[in-house]
Amino acid sequence: MALESRHLLGLEGVSKEDLTLILDTARSFREVLERPIKKVPPLQGKTIVNLFFESSTRTRISFELAERRLSADVVNFAASGSSVSKGETLKDTARNIEAMKIDMVVIRHESAGAPHFLSRVVRANVINAGDGLHEHPTQGLLDMMTLRERHGSLEGMHVCIVGDILHSRVARSNIHGLRTMGADVSVCGPSTLMPARIEDLGVRVYHRLEDVIPSVDALNVLRIQLERQHSGLFPSLREYHRFFGVTKERVDRAPKPITIMHPGPINRDVEISADLADGEHSVILEQVTNGVAVRMAVLYLLGSSN
Amino acid sequence: MNVVLKSARLIDPATQRDEVIDIQIVDGVIAKIGSAIRAQSDARIVDMKGAIASPGFIDMHVHLREPGFEHKETIATGCTSAAEGGFTAVCCMPNTNPAIDDESVARYVHEEGKRALEGLVDVFPIGAVTKGRKGEELAPMAELAAAGAVGFSDDGAPVANAGMMRSALEYSAMFGKPVIQHAEEPTMTKGGCMHEGRTSTLLGLPGIAPVAEEMMIARDIMLLRYAPKARYHVAHISTRASVEIVRNAKKEELSVTCEVTPHHFTLTDEAVTTYDTNTKMNPPLRTVDDVQAMKEALRDGTIDVIATDHAPHTIDEKEVEYTAAPFGIVGLETALGLAMVELVEPGFLTLMQLIEKLSANPRRIVGLPAIRIEEGATANLTLFRPDVRWTVDIAALRSKSKNSPFHGRVLVGKAMGIINNGKIRLNA
Repeated sequence: MALESRHLLGLEGVSKEDLTLILDTARSFREVLERPIKKVPPLQGKTIVNLFFESSTRTRISFELAERRLSADVVNFAASGSSVSKGETLKDTARNIEAMKIDMVVIRHESAGAPHFLSRVVRANVINAGDGLHEHPTQGLLDMMTLRERHGSLEGMHVCIVGDILHSRVARSNIHGLRTMGADVSVCGPSTLMPARIEDLGVRVYHRLEDVIPSVDALNVLRIQLERQHSGLFPSLREYHRFFGVTKERVDRAPKPITIMHPGPINRDVEISADLADGEHSVILEQVTNGVAVRMAVLYLLGSSN
Repeated sequence: MNVVLKSARLIDPATQRDEVIDIQIVDGVIAKIGSAIRAQSDARIVDMKGAIASPGFIDMHVHLREPGFEHKETIATGCTSAAEGGFTAVCCMPNTNPAIDDESVARYVHEEGKRALEGLVDVFPIGAVTKGRKGEELAPMAELAAAGAVGFSDDGAPVANAGMMRSALEYSAMFGKPVIQHAEEPTMTKGGCMHEGRTSTLLGLPGIAPVAEEMMIARDIMLLRYAPKARYHVAHISTRASVEIVRNAKKEELSVTCEVTPHHFTLTDEAVTTYDTNTKMNPPLRTVDDVQAMKEALRDGTIDVIATDHAPHTIDEKEVEYTAAPFGIVGLETALGLAMVELVEPGFLTLMQLIEKLSANPRRIVGLPAIRIEEGATANLTLFRPDVRWTVDIAALRSKSKNSPFHGRVLVGKAMGIINNGKIRLNA
């Protein structure tokens, strides 16, 4: 079994068959993660570089764990800032990677399209670990995996993504992946934090949690970046929490239990109340575990097809 | 220079002439227009085989990058690119280093144009509206005009301050030169690198809302009502609503003109999907509907001019992350072919109208004398084949820079050469 593409640049355009293959493969790796010995050999002899141009702790650690558990050799490269501030251009970095005979590249970059650029200039498989406001495909996959494990099937379930959709690559990857799998997707947040023509991506737009909560199966609550309150896009975190905060009080009014997700890190009692984040319907830590499994699946499927 | 153009299809909007005829040029002056002209023994005979001879094209919006950015383009390489594209004249924007905000720089550019290709291509500087193009103090417009500036613009940046724009319109009106606005409300476009819409949302690239252009044009036209003698020209117009604002202002008989670039009547924001930085320009590529509006406005005369916004950047400058790449593409050598394919073939413009928008209209706007094609007039001609099919190859571009999104595109219509200032240059 192999994926249609040599790279994972985003979930837009990835077929239902490929998404299913990744999620099924992730499920078997999830079993591996429950064993006392968590290491398996499929990527032995492969070298993977984690190129992080934007700071990240959990995504990088999750990838690194996944790589090591597949027995790959791992090197980390962290640099902040774009080519403009850094001196070396992305193209030169790519050429260096090529010269060092690296098999796979995991890249996080503040500029949308940087993984695409890289995929055009290196022979290695490229995995997007988050590019600008574009996509974060492995986050989308781990969210889908978590929902699938909990609800059995994604077909027909209603997932609402809540918060700053405008600045969220997680939202975009979730929308593409979930829609391909047949889920019903909506978004809810302040109108100033909605990207232009978001409804063209096949989602319904809500500006009141009260309107969407009665019909949802899951809420995927996005982190609100604290510095955004000075951007002129919304007045204050207090007001945000009052009108868009996902709280137990709001969720308890729903006719059925709602699965609570969050890509982390959480701002407790800003976008989500602490009791809900720690509550019985929260799957936030399962998401973290599934993140490793899903990344193992992607690395395995791309890395063993060469 | 003695030349006889045999069997040229002479198309001259000034006289509405369109006929196949011979043109004899002696010492750079049109000596005779007629049939079966017998050439003098020393004359160069160019068998046009029905290819077109028209008044020389002028591109009123180019960036020649000199002084200051000679690694991208020089006046000489820019003039060669212009000649190759069929332009006998260019107006170059003042965003050089130093900016053309002072008569010595204006004079340098104008003189360097005369040295490049021995004056084959006329180079007319556009002076800055404000000192250093910073939008704070008026540049010495009268001195710039005296040194050869044919218009004023802070292009690359807008004249954002309304009070400054009012002053610029009133002051420039005293000597009849246009103010050319790069229409963009800067408080709305910070960080933007493509048209704001469905595609920017899909690609996760920061958007530039069309209203940022439209509101600036609307504001300027309101100012223009209070400066009735001023002349206002909108550079690189790109949205349907912008065109509608200009259309209405023209109905009011305000002195408003505008130009469109070939890329804005050819490509849409969907071209950005591959993150090719040669699709990054300002204003950005817009929607299918906007492209349609550009064509309609060219047809109904709302858009007066086709100008390229020729903006050379090196490969290293462009081969970076999309958000980090500079705006702009080269355009001089693909303009005619794109106009033929997108405008003339589908019937939006006749050849006569196309030539007006590449020659007479821009010349009138920047106050240059009309080109006459008659016996006794200095020959200023563009020669082109309207039906030759060719494939754009960036390696073959004469510009120093190769940043074009049209590599590999098949165009119809290509310049054969130009005649100007007693010189002839025929393309290979």
